[in-house]
Amino acid sequence: MADPIISVEGLTVEYEGKRVLNSVSLDIQSGEVMVLVGGSGSGKTTMLRHIIGLERPTTGTIRIKGIDINGCSKAELVAIRRSMGVAFQECALFNSMSVEENIALPLHELTDLADSVIEIMTYMKLAAVGLGETGKLMPPELSGGMKKRAAVARATALDPEILVFDEPSAGLDPIVAAGLDELILFLKHAFQMTILVVSHEMASAFRIADRIAMLDRGTLIAVDGKDTFRANANPRIRQFLDRVSDPIIESPAVQDRVRALAGLMGATR
Amino acid sequence: MNALEAIGNGVIRGLAYVGGLTLQFWSEVQATPRVLPILGKRGRWRTALRQMAAIGVDALPIVAILSVCAGFILAMQTGAVLRRYGALQYVMDVVGVGFTRELGPILTALIVCGRSGSAFSAEIGTMVVTSEIDAMRTMALDPIEFVLTPKYVAAMIVIPCLSIISNTFGILAGGAFMHITTRIALPMYLRYIFNAIELRDVLSGLLKSVVFAAIIVNVGCMEGLRVKGGPDAVGRSTTSAVVRSTYLVILADAFFTAIFYLVHK
Repeated sequence: MADPIISVEGLTVEYEGKRVLNSVSLDIQSGEVMVLVGGSGSGKTTMLRHIIGLERPTTGTIRIKGIDINGCSKAELVAIRRSMGVAFQECALFNSMSVEENIALPLHELTDLADSVIEIMTYMKLAAVGLGETGKLMPPELSGGMKKRAAVARATALDPEILVFDEPSAGLDPIVAAGLDELILFLKHAFQMTILVVSHEMASAFRIADRIAMLDRGTLIAVDGKDTFRANANPRIRQFLDRVSDPIIESPAVQDRVRALAGLMGATR
Repeated sequence: MNALEAIGNGVIRGLAYVGGLTLQFWSEVQATPRVLPILGKRGRWRTALRQMAAIGVDALPIVAILSVCAGFILAMQTGAVLRRYGALQYVMDVVGVGFTRELGPILTALIVCGRSGSAFSAEIGTMVVTSEIDAMRTMALDPIEFVLTPKYVAAMIVIPCLSIISNTFGILAGGAFMHITTRIALPMYLRYIFNAIELRDVLSGLLKSVVFAAIIVNVGCMEGLRVKGGPDAVGRSTTSAVVRSTYLVILADAFFTAIFYLVHK
């Protein structure tokens, strides 16, 4: 098997003594769509922030295209970042710029292309995500789905090899979310991008993933193809897939007290 | 924790804060050539010009009005005392020297603290909350160069200019008071003022303005960058930016005034 394009080894993250990620290791091959799933607070976004180099791990290494992003030179880090596009959950479009200025920004800043070429490329990127006519609008004028698409257009502006999505379908209705899934698959097939998606939407994960990894309370408990993952017997995965809730109050003593209180309230009515 | 530990912790936190400001300031100084026209990247200077309009041009009316009020108040208060000793003409010295050395720079700095320091913090804090700063980093863009340095360059140019304007309006207000009370003509008043103030008075005031500008920009931006959480944190950072920059501006003013006093003695 070829060297992974993203390699996470023994990633451990602690914040103020609290362990958020516990020796997580994960390899992502070039050209695959990896969906990282897990419940709220499982450490998905923390892991993503470390992979995109926004935070430094407590221990462990993250290699992008074979380069340790926490031990490399500034020039190497810039080169890695140019090869990676990130679409944030909040879209992170610059509100002081129009949509087309947002998409043109990395082209203006990181390339020596002529303005006329950048203008054409910007239109092409917008057209690729179905926003060809919205370039002059300001981000607050866009709907949630359009903002996500604009964020994808900006993330792909420099034709990155790796595209990272943080909760792409969060806050979107099922139709718009399905459209975004189609867009991710289109980007994979049209541009052979390696795509990492952080999500807790299982329907979306099964639609777009080549492999699914699951984090549970900071520990990676599965990395499987989607069919294997669907059949996985791990109780936490079953609970996640079958949508079985955790008890709201775990302590039996507290449960007894709540029951007693409920009985008392019933008696006074 | 006993009182000594509390004081020690406070001092360490204060020093760490000033250290952070110094590091941020140094990064801005290093990035400054990339913001200047001709030398810099395209678009940066335009951003700095927009900031100059926001910090300077938009603040002009309030600086002018408050300077006129302060000049008039200073002239009236000193006039009330000096009149008793038959020394009303010294009001002109007090207004001229007082404004160029002290009141013009500090009044301007406090107005800009309230207007622009809070705006810097709110703008950058919102960018942190909405992941715009993170987005810049992932695009290999340096937020210091892209967001902070245009503000820094703009403030370093515009705040001393605002101070000169504040001096002018304050001195003119003193002239109005003198005209009303003694019928002195404006040209004669101005001639007296030019005799009263020295170049070093103006330069010391301008030097203070530059330092105040650096404090206001850096505190506003740092408070914005330190935002953690949601919109309520942005609100807290805005308050903190105004309080801390006002505090540091006045401390810096006391420090520089003491230095100039010792040098001039």
